[in-house]
Amino acid sequence: MRAVAENAALLGQSADHALLEMVGLGGVFEASETMRIALTGAAMAASIDGRAVVWDASHTLPTGARLELGAVREGTYAYLGIGGGITTERVMGARATHQSTGLGALVMAGDLLPVGTDPGGAVGWSLPRDQRFAGGTVRMVPSMQTHDFSKEIRDCFEAATFRRDPRANRQGVRFEADGAGFSNPDQLSVVSEVIVPGDIQIAGDGQPFVLLAESQTTGGYPRIGTVLPCDLPRVVQAPAGAALRFAFVTLEEGAEIEARARKTWAGLRKAATPLVRNPLEMQDLLSYRLTDGAISAFDVPLDTGEE
Amino acid sequence: MTTFPIIRSVGLSGVLVSFAPTATDAANRAAIAFRGAVDALDLPQIEESSSTLVSAFFRVDLVAYRFDAMRAALAEVLAERDWCDAPLPAGRTLWTVPAVFGGALAPQLEEAAEAAGLSAAEAVADLTGTRLRVLTIGFAPGQPYLGTLAPHWNIPRQVGLSPNVPQGALVAAVQQMCLFAKETPTGWRHVGQSAFRCFQPEAENPFPLSPGDEVQFTSISAAELARLQAHGTDGAVRQVLE
Repeated sequence: MRAVAENAALLGQSADHALLEMVGLGGVFEASETMRIALTGAAMAASIDGRAVVWDASHTLPTGARLELGAVREGTYAYLGIGGGITTERVMGARATHQSTGLGALVMAGDLLPVGTDPGGAVGWSLPRDQRFAGGTVRMVPSMQTHDFSKEIRDCFEAATFRRDPRANRQGVRFEADGAGFSNPDQLSVVSEVIVPGDIQIAGDGQPFVLLAESQTTGGYPRIGTVLPCDLPRVVQAPAGAALRFAFVTLEEGAEIEARARKTWAGLRKAATPLVRNPLEMQDLLSYRLTDGAISAFDVPLDTGEE
Repeated sequence: MTTFPIIRSVGLSGVLVSFAPTATDAANRAAIAFRGAVDALDLPQIEESSSTLVSAFFRVDLVAYRFDAMRAALAEVLAERDWCDAPLPAGRTLWTVPAVFGGALAPQLEEAAEAAGLSAAEAVADLTGTRLRVLTIGFAPGQPYLGTLAPHWNIPRQVGLSPNVPQGALVAAVQQMCLFAKETPTGWRHVGQSAFRCFQPEAENPFPLSPGDEVQFTSISAAELARLQAHGTDGAVRQVLE
């Protein structure tokens, strides 16, 4: 998951630290001790004690400070990561939630989130904004039932432009294109088969559902292809109404693309740069010494000792 | 025309070995036996395995390992024998699960019996007299599909969905039964109600049932079920099959 990798890179910790996922809307968080935070994924209006802070960046949240995260401005899923991670109790070896089976719980107003020990590190690092938040083309590999669909249907599927339906959750997200849909008349009912995240299931109405982290483990609707794991964030973050297209790559190409993406994600730390603060937004500008190193416009800049 | 068995990739997440295009008892036995044989090889590429009605699935990172090589390795095991008549793996469990059939707790017994051309009493005799196999686990965590009932139980799913059939429910359709892991809307008919929990996240083994296990239902009264529930037990008895 790209936003998790980015968050870990900004905090300089491993990507298996639990963080908070927010859909569409953030919240107000009060720090009971000084901690480092990072904000990634869908961008929200963000402020610490009323002062705007940059998204895709790490910040210090001092004891007693209030972090306010507003509505999503770009994308769908936003992430708040904390130095040391969120250390709720593990269930079946994980801190993840799976709402439909009652694993984990939604965070509610008034909850206390336990935070792990932060070995510490720099703050004020940022990553360039990624382009995955407005739809676009996602790549898919053929999967077990792809060839049960006629070539004509597969071609139409690749040529179609889909809109992301508002019907979406962690189980799956529905897309819709104009026209008759993509059902194969012979394949309305297939024997129930294993599902993996990224599978594109053609439901009874002929429109695709991309199955996600909380998908069912098996299902009887045929799958036309499987979205590459590295392109799933583009599916997940597309806001309702965004335009999306699907393009086949071969299994070999898909494996190569995915291997490159893993390398990029693992190297995100190197892509981070120190935040450059905009002087117009700095309320404490006068506390900085701004006149050191002033030079005369008329003097010879440097006596180089030559000539 | 696709010929079976067939080895296919599933996204970049794994390899599926399927034994038939439609659900048959022989293909299900083959999938369970083949999965057991491959698991016993302890191949380093395979992170975990599962089986569906007609297939064995092996989770393999197809970015790190080439599909062609995995297909070749599995084809070798496939060629060892006819998996449709292979014995099921040893060490499976026989579960005896008490349940209430009919009445307010399982209101569709009569309807299902009628669809199968039986009286309610004959239906209960069938459902408790057939030792069923866990054909696959799926849809919800730990949830078994059980088969195979006699051909007269090839009753269709109802057209409308029953909105909230509770956890522990026994439902029937298409010669199979399902034991619900959680409250579910369903088109299958609610014929029995047990206290069995297919998913126990707090337990050392959260998924008590495995494909290949056998299940025998016994009929109890609503009062007996209430007593089991009051004691926080399911009344199930387990026995290892040799």
